[in-house]
Amino acid sequence: MSKLVFSQVDFSYGEQRILQDFHLTIRQGEFVSIIGPSGVGKSTLFQLASGLLEPTGGTISLDGDAVKPRLGRVGYMPQKDLLMPWRTVAENAALPLEIQGVPKKAALARVREELPRFGLAAYADATIDKLSGGMRQRVSLLRAILTGADLLLLDEPFSALDGITRMEMQEWLLDLWQKLGKTVILITHDLDEAALLADRVLVLQRMPIQQPVEIPVPFPHPRSAALRYEPSFTVIREQMWKLLKEREQGTAVLYGVSDQQPAGWKAGGTA
Amino acid sequence: MSAIPHPESRSKALWFTASIIAFFLIWELVCRLFAVPPFILPPPSAAFLAMWTERELLFGKHLWVTTSEVILGLTASIICGVAVALAMSVSRPIERLFYPYVVISQTIPYMALSPIFIYWFGYSLTGKIAITILFIFFPIVVNTFDGLRAADSEMINLLRTMGATRRQIFLKAQIPAALPSFFSGLKVAATYSVSGAIIGEWLGASAGLGYFARRASGYFRADTMFATILLLVFMGVALFMLTSWLERRFTYQRSTKP
Repeated sequence: MSKLVFSQVDFSYGEQRILQDFHLTIRQGEFVSIIGPSGVGKSTLFQLASGLLEPTGGTISLDGDAVKPRLGRVGYMPQKDLLMPWRTVAENAALPLEIQGVPKKAALARVREELPRFGLAAYADATIDKLSGGMRQRVSLLRAILTGADLLLLDEPFSALDGITRMEMQEWLLDLWQKLGKTVILITHDLDEAALLADRVLVLQRMPIQQPVEIPVPFPHPRSAALRYEPSFTVIREQMWKLLKEREQGTAVLYGVSDQQPAGWKAGGTA
Repeated sequence: MSAIPHPESRSKALWFTASIIAFFLIWELVCRLFAVPPFILPPPSAAFLAMWTERELLFGKHLWVTTSEVILGLTASIICGVAVALAMSVSRPIERLFYPYVVISQTIPYMALSPIFIYWFGYSLTGKIAITILFIFFPIVVNTFDGLRAADSEMINLLRTMGATRRQIFLKAQIPAALPSFFSGLKVAATYSVSGAIIGEWLGASAGLGYFARRASGYFRADTMFATILLLVFMGVALFMLTSWLERRFTYQRSTKP
């Protein structure tokens, strides 16, 4: 069953076209990574999916329904954790329940049930500034999960973490995803992360986003982080890298005609 | 929020007490050593003595009048100021309409208006409250408004993805985000409110500490005047401490990081 379908979607900010005749189908229970250079419009894709933005053309359907508003039906985990400093860990996680009208006491009780598997059992009443970066991201993910939505959008959740914490969090997320059975779309900059976690990786090459190139990641679950050292994994990584490089060459062809481009143009465009 | 005073705050209080005592001692010494005439600068001992001899008038009558002016002015300013800030944050046209006048209200030379104020309000309490409001309306409105606008737009979007209504966004994100800024405005307002009430009394009054100090200086009773001023300073400090306490009570403690 299809969870989320973009069909013939156009979207522009003023003159700037971000999506053009874009198609995407996300199946129920899938884990899909989206990778692409900065500024290509990945976050816009999420804002469209969550209902913060509406497409200028085409349709987006969630659970097979293109008409019903999507706001309130998708769990969104933003790049910045956006935890409220005036709330404790438990109060932050309870936010979506409060918004749905669950009484505060019941909401907090529900949060407390979940805290142990997020490694936060001892921190229910802690203030946010007492938490490490990894813990903050886990609170933020718990908050997204407690929306109750089947579809989770994770926008570069681990990009601000150090390497070791990031690898731990990736394994933990994989494990959690298997237990929860939710549909997950993950935006990332990290090639390893994209392939390690997902069933397929969508590579966005340039703006406007048209048909994304799709790379299947056919490794069985459960996976471990050690997968990244397998030769077959390296092949997939190579494939993604090539696609992203191709984009760079594409840019070079597009702009390379003129010698007037400032030096370092290409370097600036690859970040 | 804990009942036990933090060791740092205790040492802060100690420093403050020590510096106050040192200040009065130096003042006293300067007056005595240089034999300053008491109508120019009375020593603090004389001021405290005057506070005692005039205690019935000071505490029984004038302190009460000024305190009620300050409290009523402050309360009215908070109510009006927060209402205006809320209206401005909800509606762009209201913001455009009101904001310039909020600023203009700060540029009016109130002293020059004193005859008019007496026509309007006479010697009544209302006049002093009006001046106090004009004095402290500005920091309350501006700080509350800035605070309400400070709520992170990404935070608001996140709440929208959770299906939050405008009311919920307001209550759960905008109000708590505005509180620290509101309280910094309130701290400024609380200290200014005393000056506001005093100026109101100078424009025309028959009671109050400002009126009493002015009359004392007219009679060259510098010791009584200084006694009154000390009392006004205490009042300002007490109000500041009260608002600081409210701030600690109602806002989250900002991270200790610099």
